[in-house]
Amino acid sequence: MTKALALIGLVAAGLSAAATVDKAQAQAKSLTMCWAAWDPANALVELDKDFTKLSGIEMKHEFVPWTSYADHFINLLNSRSSECDLIIGDSQWIGGAAENKWYVKLNDFFDKNKISMDTFLPATVVGYAEWPKNTPNYWGLPAMADAVGWTYRKDWFAKPELRAEFKAKYNRELEPPKTWDELIEISKFFTGKEIDGKKVYGSYIFTERGSEGITMGATNAMYNYGFDYMDPKQPYHMEGIVNAPGAAKGLDVYKELFKCCQPPGLTNAYMSEGLDAFKSGQVAMQMNWYAFFPGLAKDPNVGGDKIGFFKNPAGPAGDFTQLGGQGLSVVAASKNVDDALLYIKWFAQPEVQQKWTDLGGASASKAVLLSDAYKNSAAYAPSFVESMGMVKDFWAEPLYVPLLLDMQNRVHDYVVADKGTSQKALDELVRDWVKVFKQEGKNPS
Amino acid sequence: MTVTNNARGIADGVALRTPAAVAGRVRGLSDRAVAWLFILPTMLLLLAINIFPLIWAIRLSFTGLMANLPTPAHFVGLDNYVDILTDEDLWANFQITAHFVFWTIALQILIGLGLALLINQKFRGHSFWTTVILLPMMLSPAVVGNFWTLLFQPQIGPFNYLVGFFTGAAPSSFTMIGSVALAPWTIVLVNTWMWTPYVMLICLAGLRSIPDYIYEAAEVDRASPLRQFWSITLPMVLPFLMLAVLFQAIQAFVMFDLVNLLTSGGPGSTTELVSITLKRAAFEKWETGYASALAVILFVTIFGAANIYVKALNRVKQQ
Repeated sequence: MTKALALIGLVAAGLSAAATVDKAQAQAKSLTMCWAAWDPANALVELDKDFTKLSGIEMKHEFVPWTSYADHFINLLNSRSSECDLIIGDSQWIGGAAENKWYVKLNDFFDKNKISMDTFLPATVVGYAEWPKNTPNYWGLPAMADAVGWTYRKDWFAKPELRAEFKAKYNRELEPPKTWDELIEISKFFTGKEIDGKKVYGSYIFTERGSEGITMGATNAMYNYGFDYMDPKQPYHMEGIVNAPGAAKGLDVYKELFKCCQPPGLTNAYMSEGLDAFKSGQVAMQMNWYAFFPGLAKDPNVGGDKIGFFKNPAGPAGDFTQLGGQGLSVVAASKNVDDALLYIKWFAQPEVQQKWTDLGGASASKAVLLSDAYKNSAAYAPSFVESMGMVKDFWAEPLYVPLLLDMQNRVHDYVVADKGTSQKALDELVRDWVKVFKQEGKNPS
Repeated sequence: MTVTNNARGIADGVALRTPAAVAGRVRGLSDRAVAWLFILPTMLLLLAINIFPLIWAIRLSFTGLMANLPTPAHFVGLDNYVDILTDEDLWANFQITAHFVFWTIALQILIGLGLALLINQKFRGHSFWTTVILLPMMLSPAVVGNFWTLLFQPQIGPFNYLVGFFTGAAPSSFTMIGSVALAPWTIVLVNTWMWTPYVMLICLAGLRSIPDYIYEAAEVDRASPLRQFWSITLPMVLPFLMLAVLFQAIQAFVMFDLVNLLTSGGPGSTTELVSITLKRAAFEKWETGYASALAVILFVTIFGAANIYVKALNRVKQQ
C-alpha cells in the first residue's frame, strides 16, 4: 500500500513538472531571423526589441557576411532546414524560393490581415515579393529597399582652384555628373591629382568576380546604353537584346571608367573595398549601395559636410539603376510559421516601417519613403527616392546563380582582364544563358 | 632468447585470459581468415569514404543533376563529357593549370635542391636555418593566402615597396594580383615559397643517404666538385627528386585553397585553375552532374599520369 502511494505521488509529481516545462516553453517562444551581417542588420536588432516587448516572442538573429550569405542560406533553404523562421532573402532568390516552395506563399495571409502591396513602392513589390514577376503572387514583404547610388567628396568639388581648373578645361561647372560621359570626364579630372597631400583617383566602381559584384556594377552603365535581359514581347528571347550594340557600348563605358580612374589593385573589389577607398580619401566618387549611405553620412572623416550623394547617371538609352535590397519571407520548413506570420503582420504596420527607417533600415513603404519628412531627413534621401523609381533587377529565375556567374565571368574577363571585345563578351553571354535556360526547361532564343 | 621467452609468456597470458568460447571460435579460423578479420574494418572504411563516393561520382557524371533543385537526376549519357571536352574556356583553364604546375615544379626542384645542398654542408647554425626555411610549409594555406594578399597590396604592401625600392618604380604603379600579366606568376611565386621547403627535405634525405666513401673515392681520383655533383650526387638524388616531382605535381594539379584566397581565379580567368572551375561548377552553379564529370576527368588524368610516372621512377631506381 505504501509502495502504491509512493508510486502515485511520483507520477503526480512527474506530471506537474511536465506541465511546468510546457508552460515555460510556451512563454519562452522564439523566432530566428536570418539576414546578412551589415549595418542595417544592427538596426533590425534594435527594432525587434519592440516586437519581443509586444508579443513576448524572443527574437534571435543569424547574420552571415555577404561573401557567404547566398551560399549559406540557399543551402539551408534547399535542405529544408528549420534553422531560420524568417529570412530576409535577396531579390534574385524569389524565383527559386517560390518554385521550390522554400517560402510560404503570403497571398491568403495578406488578404486576411488587410496587408496591401499597394502601400509599397511598385519596384520593390516586383523585386522582393512577386513570382512570377508582375503577377499578384506574393512570397515576401518588401523589407529593405536598396539600389546602387553614388557618393562624392563635396569638399573637393567645392575647392575654388579645382572648380576653376575644371571650368577652364571643360567649360562647365564642377558638379555631380548627370550622365555617364560627365562621370568619366570628372573621374579623369580627379585621377592623379594631389589633394590634401595625397594622390587621389577619380572613382571607385565594383569589380568583384566571385559572387555578384561586377555585374551589379556594370549593369548601371549597360542599362543606360541599351542593355536589357530579354525582349519584353518575347520572353527569354535574348539575341539582339542582351548583346545589342548599345549594351556593348555600355560595357565599353564601364571598362573605360575602370581603366582610367579606379585606384590600383581594386580589380576584385566590392562593397567594403569601396567604403574603404572612399573613407580613406582615395577617391572622389564612389559607386555603392544606398544601404551604406546612412553610415557614411555620419562618418567622422568623410561624412557631414564633406559628403554628397547623386543617383546613377543617365545614358543615351535611359535612366536606370541596379536594384538591390531584400524581402522578408517566412521559411516554409520553419516550425514556428504562425509566430513568423505574426511578425510579418507587425512589421507591415506603418509606424513600424517608420521606426525601421528611423533606426537606419530602409523601408519600402510609400508612406515613409515618399513623405516630405523622409526627403528632408538626410542628404542621400532625395536621390534614394529618385533611384527607387528607376530600378531594374537581374534575373530572379530559379537558376539565377549560373546566370549570374556566367555574367560575372564574361564581364570580368572583358573589363578587368582585357579578354576579347565587349561585343564578343555579350555574344558569349547569350550563348551561356541560352544553355542555362534550356537546363531549366525554358525555350530561350 | 629472453625476448622469445617474454613473447611466449605474453601469448600464454593472453590465451589464459581469453574466454573459452571466443578461444574456441578463433581457434577454428584459418590464418587467412584471421588476417581478413583484421583488415576488414579498414577495407570497409576505405570503401565507405573513398570507393563508394568515387563510384557515385562516376554515376552522377552521366546525369544532369543539379543538387540545389529538388528535381531528380536524369540520364544525359555522355553530354557532360562532350560539353567539357569541347569547351574552349575549360581548355584555357587546363592550360593555366599546366603553366602553374610546370613552373612551380621547376622552381621548387631548382631552389629545393639548391637549399638542400647548402643545408647539407653542416655549417655553423645550420639547424637554425633549416628550421627557418621549413617555416612556410608549416603554415596553413589560409594564413599564407591572406598574408601574401596583404604583402602584394599596391598601396601599403611591403612587396611593392621593395620592388619599388630596387627598381625605382612607384609602389602603387603596379599590382601583382590584379594584373593579367603578373597574376599567373604571382600564384607560382607564392606556391613555390610555401612548398619549396618540402622538396628541400626530400632532397636532403637523398643527399644524406649517399655514403661518404663514394665522395672520398672520387676525391682520391681527383674529381672536381662539379664532376662529383654530376656523376655522384645528381644520379643518387634523382629517385628522390622524381618522388618530389610526383608529390608536388599532384599537389599543384589539385591546388585550390591558396589560389582561391589569393586571386579567386582572377583577374578575369587568368589564374582560374581547373580545381577552381570545378568548385564553381559544383558549389556555386550547383551543376552536380557536370562537376562530377569534370572531377572524373581530373581523376583519370592524375591517376594515369601518376601511374606512367611511377613506372619511370621504378626504372630509374633499378638503374
